[in-house]
Amino acid sequence: MSFLAGFLQENGAAILFYLFAGLSLAGAVGVVTWKSPMNGALSLLVTFLAVAALFLLRHAGFVGIVQIFVYGGGIMVLFLFVIMLVNLNRIEASERVWRQTPWALLLSLLFVGVVGVIARANWAGVSTAGSAERLRTFGGEVVGNPQALGQELFRHYLLPFEIASLFLLVAMIGAVVLGRRE
Amino acid sequence: MKPSDLASVWNVGTEHYLALSLMLFGIGLFGVINRRNLITILMSIELMLNAVNLNLVAFSYQRGDLLGQVFTMFTITVAAGEAAVGLGILLAMFRLRQTTRVDAAQELEG
Repeated sequence: MSFLAGFLQENGAAILFYLFAGLSLAGAVGVVTWKSPMNGALSLLVTFLAVAALFLLRHAGFVGIVQIFVYGGGIMVLFLFVIMLVNLNRIEASERVWRQTPWALLLSLLFVGVVGVIARANWAGVSTAGSAERLRTFGGEVVGNPQALGQELFRHYLLPFEIASLFLLVAMIGAVVLGRRE
Repeated sequence: MKPSDLASVWNVGTEHYLALSLMLFGIGLFGVINRRNLITILMSIELMLNAVNLNLVAFSYQRGDLLGQVFTMFTITVAAGEAAVGLGILLAMFRLRQTTRVDAAQELEG
């Protein structure tokens, strides 16, 4: 039993990372390959939750919870409602255009390759001196990630925060106007 | 494979997150280019936004700086607004054309 505990202590982070990384990739592949948007939406939910777990593994507790609330709750419900509203049966069966799939694959692989090369080339100069402890301290004492994040947000980024609320108001009015029947 | 290679694979660091994020972004990009269904395209855009958030959080952890997490909050806000407006546009388009295929809207084609 103590061997198991020691093993998990040693390797738990890597096991969890690879587990959730695999889940998020599987969900992402599902989104772009399922024919039915409903299956795609449920795959997307798997990805959202796996990414939330990956946030937690990087000591971003509050962002992980917000990810579950906003993506897993709000955005997912929005998608599911719209899929029901547009009446799936009327979406044509021949949704995919096969002749452009090779080009799409080529372009995305090209993008991944180029960005991968750039990321490798610049890697040596980036400092790795940070301490995860600073993600949950404020004013020299450990207060937890949500409070530290809140202090940072409301002390230094109050104006962007207010602008974000204005943006949400505009988006809400826009969605209502677009969704209204004439 | 040398033992040091194995250790660098097993010690999860920022570069692992960057690689995962790049793969997620690539899959999302593929979805946007390949699919013709507006719902699936919007979902692929959400995938790409999630990949970017993963990068921000990974660098926030590496540098011990909360700014990355603050910025992630704003990205999530923008993603929520984008989803609401995008799905509103989708509904308006469906009412107009009875389809969600993006190639049904080609009035601006030369």
